[in-house]
Amino acid sequence: MAGPINWLSQVASVAKFGLLGIPQRLGSVTAAVIGIAGVVGVLIGVLSMAVGFKRAMNASASADAAIILRSGADSEMVSGLAREDTRVISDAPGLARDAQGPMASAELFVIIDLLKRSTGTRANVPLRGVGPAAFGVRDHLKIEKGTAFAWGKNEVIVGVGAAQEFAGLEVGSTLKVGHQEWPVVGTFSAGGGTAESELWADATVLQEAYHRGTSFQSVYAKLSSPAAFAPFKDSLTSDPRLNVKVLRQAEYYAEQSTVLSTLISTLGYLVASLMAIGAVFGALNTMYSSVSARTREIATLRALGFGAGAVVVSVMLESVALALAGGALGAGVAYLACNGFHTATVNWQSFSQVTFAFTVTPVLLTQGILWAAVIGLVGGLLPALRAARLPIAAALREL
Amino acid sequence: MSFEHLIWSNLKRKKLRTLLTVLSVTIAFVLFGLLSSIKQALTGGVSLEGANRLVVQHKVSIIQLLPVSYKERMERIPGVAAATHQTWFGGYYQDRKYFFMQSPVVPEEFLGMHPELILPPEQKQVWLRTRTGAIVGRKTAERFHWKLGDRVPIQTPIWAKGDGSAAWDFDIVGIFDGKEKTDDTMSLFFHYDYFDEARGRGKGEVGWFTVRVKDPAQAAAVAKLVDGEFENSPEETKTEPEGAFLQAWVKQIGNIALMTAAILGAVFFTILLVTGNTMSQAVRERTGELGVLKAIGFTNGRVLALVLAESCLLAALGGGLGLGAACILVPALAKPLSAMLPMFFFPVRDLVAGSGICLGLGVASGLFPALQATRLRVADALRRM
Repeated sequence: MAGPINWLSQVASVAKFGLLGIPQRLGSVTAAVIGIAGVVGVLIGVLSMAVGFKRAMNASASADAAIILRSGADSEMVSGLAREDTRVISDAPGLARDAQGPMASAELFVIIDLLKRSTGTRANVPLRGVGPAAFGVRDHLKIEKGTAFAWGKNEVIVGVGAAQEFAGLEVGSTLKVGHQEWPVVGTFSAGGGTAESELWADATVLQEAYHRGTSFQSVYAKLSSPAAFAPFKDSLTSDPRLNVKVLRQAEYYAEQSTVLSTLISTLGYLVASLMAIGAVFGALNTMYSSVSARTREIATLRALGFGAGAVVVSVMLESVALALAGGALGAGVAYLACNGFHTATVNWQSFSQVTFAFTVTPVLLTQGILWAAVIGLVGGLLPALRAARLPIAAALREL
Repeated sequence: MSFEHLIWSNLKRKKLRTLLTVLSVTIAFVLFGLLSSIKQALTGGVSLEGANRLVVQHKVSIIQLLPVSYKERMERIPGVAAATHQTWFGGYYQDRKYFFMQSPVVPEEFLGMHPELILPPEQKQVWLRTRTGAIVGRKTAERFHWKLGDRVPIQTPIWAKGDGSAAWDFDIVGIFDGKEKTDDTMSLFFHYDYFDEARGRGKGEVGWFTVRVKDPAQAAAVAKLVDGEFENSPEETKTEPEGAFLQAWVKQIGNIALMTAAILGAVFFTILLVTGNTMSQAVRERTGELGVLKAIGFTNGRVLALVLAESCLLAALGGGLGLGAACILVPALAKPLSAMLPMFFFPVRDLVAGSGICLGLGVASGLFPALQATRLRVADALRRM
């Protein structure tokens, strides 16, 4: 029993030397800590963008939600459905029903140019015409301010994300689209989903404004259960009157978000990896100078019978402790600076803006701290080995 | 002992520390090169030839089409030299992920409008007389291994033919290059006549117009006249310089410049700390020697120069290595990234800026320790030996 306890107390006393010496090496320690904080901060910051974007896209979709497009169309923008098609779809088996009938909303999707506040340039903002079922089909849909638009009237409601990102969408203001004027009567939230980036109006009014006759672009549907999807899809795709494709909304949005979130994550990891290499150099510098400043102390301890292992472990401990401090600092700054930061980007598949908030999740924070720990281990290893290999006699002669 | 020799021996005093510092500066400049290239890829692509061009789109949104007849009306506006149109075709080759831009154009007008696209004259002649002929940019031709004479099928979810088919066949009759690296050589252009006759809907409608003005200085005034011409018509227009039009597209992605600046800011702040720290350590260790130098007649100016030269040399070594590595790395990455980021290259402008930053880093990191060194009193310094 005495062995391990003795060894631990050796580790503790060498580590104590190192940690107590930090104030004397404040400059170099600060440089290393901030270097690691920079890596962790950038990593978490960039990844929180990917996470936030993905979350906005995925929050839109519960398991029992489906979307129907014309076959061959990969987004609503290029899809088209005739009114007869939408009627056939709302008679399909497996649809959930409420007091107003089957929960299927035939919708129209166009874009209008609005000024983006952050850049002051125009952006493609989605304007969606919806049917009466739209509010039930989407979960968590809630009017936040003002009222819902009146059916049959030129009125719009604005998603909370859109209201924040684009100019001229305050409740009470009037939106001019071509020769039409659309009073903004309310804002709505949708549990963080993509609908929050959109403007909504009555589909039939929008059809008229856009000379679309009676055609729609998509049907959003709520099914009686997630399991009802397969029979629902089969009945529609085998119907000779229709030429449509049926997707779960989750699939549809995942397809649209994968490219961008992969691109952002890849860039984030690339930049953070390079920075991490730089931070390892910084940590190595710091730990080498820490070791060289203590050459005599370490040699004295070795002469007194302290083991080489204890020296290695204690130097590593010091390095990891500094790295963790840096990691925590970086994670904290990233959390404060990025979490909840609202922005909007373009979703190329739907050719329109998606608003989202940077999201720093516990997983990201943990990941950042882990990176810091690895940098600390790598940066401490070589200096620790050097400390352990110090020729005792020569080091003591320097006294 | 010469001045240069003195600097060099100081750097060699702790080889490992010098090496580590140089390497962390190197990493910072490799990152600088990569981020500059990414920024270039996302925001670049504005042609130098575009200064005298305006883009006219539908006022509500670019997805709304305009009547092709607007061309004649635009060309009657004073100050307009020529007008031609394009339309978003939205197609892909074989698979949705092989996406690139295609547009139907009126060939002669289009080539006249875009002198930055270089097409061999004999290929131009073939294109003019081949109804289903298309010209394609060098990058896309290489990406799909297309050769002159190939017949390529392009699928589009937007434009069905009159018979309902969504597949369009084009004969590749020309491959064009750009005058500048930033000129777009990704797109495919084909005959508007063929397109308009075959499409099932939207006949006589086009996506947007490009207008060449007679005098670039009058561009803003001409843009107003164009929009005035169509005011209160069912299809109103919005006209802006081509550069502004393209920039607005880029900004749809978000504020890329701000994001790269934020990341680079974090990187350089860190590196500044690391090199600054190395320098002040080096000066602290050498207090005694600096005292000797001063005692044997080194002026404060020379001591300042000595320390600054050392830090600048450190920064220059690291910066040179980093920028050099970026110059090699970026072209190597450009090939695999070409589908996603076609304009990925390291702009000379940023290379120059990088060299400037490198010098600034050297001065900034060395200045504080250098000043400390000049303030050293000889007697104090010698006592510490």
